Amino acid sequence: MGNIAVANPLIESDLLIEEFGYDDHFHDHHHGDKFAASFVTHYIFSQDHKMIAKQFLITGMVWAIIGGLMSLVFRLQLGFPEESIAWLQPVLGKWISVDAEGIGKLTTDFYYALVTMHGTILVFFVLTAGLSGTFSNLLIPLMIGARDMASPLLNMLSYWFFFLSGTIMFASLFLSTGPFAGGWVAYPPLSALPEAMDGSGAGMTLWTVSLVFFVVSVLLGGINYITTVLNLRTKGMTMWRLPLPIWAFFVTAIIGLLSFPVLVSAFFLMMCDRTLGTSFYLSEIYIGGQALDHVGGSPILYQHLFWFLGHPEVYIIILPAMGIVSEVLSVNARKPIFGYKAMVLSILAIAFLSFIVWAHHMFMSGVNPFISNFFVIFTLIIAVPSAVKVFNWIATIYGGNMRFNAASMFAIGFVSMFISGGLTGIFLGNSTIDIQLHDTYFVVAHFHIVMGVAAFFGMYAGVYHWFPKMYGRWMNGTLGKLHFWGTIVGAYCVFWPMHYLGMAGVPRRYYSFDFYGTFAHFDGINKFITIAAMVTFAFQLLMVINFFYSIWYGKKVTEQNPYKANTLEWTTPIKAGHGNWPGKLPSVQRWAYDYGKDGREYIPQVQPMGEGEEESH
Amino acid sequence: MENTVDTKILAATRRNKIHPLKLALWVAIASLVMMFTALTSAYIVRQSAGNWLEFNIPNIFYLNTLVIVVSSLTLHGSYLAFKRQAKVAYQGLMVVTFLLGITFLVLQYLGWHELSAIGVPLKTNPSGDFVYAISGLHGLHILGGLGILLVSLLVAFLRPLKVTPIRKLRFELVLTYWHFVDLLWLYLIIFMSLYR
Repeated sequence: MGNIAVANPLIESDLLIEEFGYDDHFHDHHHGDKFAASFVTHYIFSQDHKMIAKQFLITGMVWAIIGGLMSLVFRLQLGFPEESIAWLQPVLGKWISVDAEGIGKLTTDFYYALVTMHGTILVFFVLTAGLSGTFSNLLIPLMIGARDMASPLLNMLSYWFFFLSGTIMFASLFLSTGPFAGGWVAYPPLSALPEAMDGSGAGMTLWTVSLVFFVVSVLLGGINYITTVLNLRTKGMTMWRLPLPIWAFFVTAIIGLLSFPVLVSAFFLMMCDRTLGTSFYLSEIYIGGQALDHVGGSPILYQHLFWFLGHPEVYIIILPAMGIVSEVLSVNARKPIFGYKAMVLSILAIAFLSFIVWAHHMFMSGVNPFISNFFVIFTLIIAVPSAVKVFNWIATIYGGNMRFNAASMFAIGFVSMFISGGLTGIFLGNSTIDIQLHDTYFVVAHFHIVMGVAAFFGMYAGVYHWFPKMYGRWMNGTLGKLHFWGTIVGAYCVFWPMHYLGMAGVPRRYYSFDFYGTFAHFDGINKFITIAAMVTFAFQLLMVINFFYSIWYGKKVTEQNPYKANTLEWTTPIKAGHGNWPGKLPSVQRWAYDYGKDGREYIPQVQPMGEGEEESH
Repeated sequence: MENTVDTKILAATRRNKIHPLKLALWVAIASLVMMFTALTSAYIVRQSAGNWLEFNIPNIFYLNTLVIVVSSLTLHGSYLAFKRQAKVAYQGLMVVTFLLGITFLVLQYLGWHELSAIGVPLKTNPSGDFVYAISGLHGLHILGGLGILLVSLLVAFLRPLKVTPIRKLRFELVLTYWHFVDLLWLYLIIFMSLYR
């Protein structure tokens, strides 16, 4: 390696690829016009994984803003129930009821619709599609040394099914009966009886159709991610040399493929109940003294099927964030990731356990307490691989030569959030403590911190870190840091106090606490949370502005490998074209985390092993 | 179809034994298996809750099982004929497969009528509804398979018979899927017979 180690790293990696790379004759063929020629094929119906990643990201951002604004509206109701919000009437129209004195109130139905839509949008559209869709697409081919996904066409379809799904969900917001309002989990009977409430009719139909298309999108994407990782790794890229984000995306895709079909089954039976009049989920129900036609169904059955997806879903959300954070921390601490194999094994362990803990969402649904025991034990065991990961992240940055930029700060923030939220998971995982805590703000605080905010932090870390790879420009670092501090302080201000509400028994999803004198003294906390939520949201707009401004006006990236990172995406040109590498494919000679080895600050994966050098793990 | 998969990328970057699209199909099959596992698990869970009407699956469903198994064999025969370039057997067996597939759907429909005739129409009891739902969802997958077979038929009759790698691959994909929906039905009918 001595004679190739030229001072300029840009030339070095190019030379290495030229010498050791793998010539797949990719550029010998003319690829026609389908990748770059017209505006439509380049920006809209693109089959290039990098463009599809940007499409997922920007669509996810649009949804994040919509979903975030919804939460602000219902937080207004919770924090300031006495204030008039007639000023929102121009936007929300009849969903604000204005009385004779001109006092505007959010209608109760719409409050529930907002809560439902906020959950659906954030869980599925933002943190599933926007997170794993974006970064799996962007990073899998770039990091494993592939020209593109296994099937670029399916990949494009994956995005457009997501777009279609989003369009349908968006349309449901404008129904005269309003969107679905029975909670994002869509428990029957509110979801299975079209006449149950306003949103249960057309709103629920569109909700279901939208989510079925969404599942199609996830499956098409997932099939591609798995196949690409297994089949299109470049020469020398063994599974044990994969960068951790790729492991995370790979396992995420497997979880998605095994759990989302179960949701489709659940919806299928629900659609039978709604349209054919079967009774899978509907037991004997009386409406206005009249017995309905349904006999003998079990709403618990739906809960089992739903949570068989629902629990793995939270790992579908958090695993990609974990992978991104591992990479960002290692690169910016200039240290190898601590315990690479333990990291991989803990991802696999979490994935496995995610399938056998679903009933911990149903402790209070009347499941047999003996069955609950089983689920308590496996739920608490998840703490073990999670703790391994947290320990390894901390050990990675411990004693590191940390670069504090927006990406690494968000990565550290992720670890903080994951610890805070993870600890409350231990409370909720116990079926006995759950008797007090279930369906309270404690639960809201727990899952928002551990999978909402934490996953967002992982996403932000990824966006700030790979923005130069996506657009060839930098996002503004100062604004990025400001965004970080605003978000971490803000998010803790929003969600930390909710633990206290929850422990006191304040139930979630309630429109108003006017009739509950017990909770009257929490008015102040609720005001505080609402104000904190607004401020935090404002800080997110800072990021959005920074993002779009930087696409066109950000400082240009001048080096191919600005972070001095080891992974393959930094051996592509600053603006990588279709096929990613202009010449040969790189061949991989070592794992991705040789930082500070043998007195060298970093050794890219394309660098062959020196004489007598040992592989690091 | 030529544009959908950049075969040059695939051929060039592939050094493993299994073709990416085949692997993709297997992964997709895994997710379909999960979908039907969910339904049959729901069946068991619901059954254990009581209020469960017991009845015998009409014989027509068993007859139909024979139909779909034979169609799987004929398609395999067609594939073997394709490989040894026996045009008549290749085309003929594929037509037979297609017709058997349609027969299967028709007989499933008659089976539903039979089910209704023995006193288990839709909405009687979840035990019957599950049979309708599961066989219905399976039928949709047969329908999808018939669509793919139709495309294969067009290729078989409109294009000159030539065993190119890409045509062989596509045939194998169709074959794998058709065998899968066949095996899936075998599983479902055995399941529904055993758990009454």
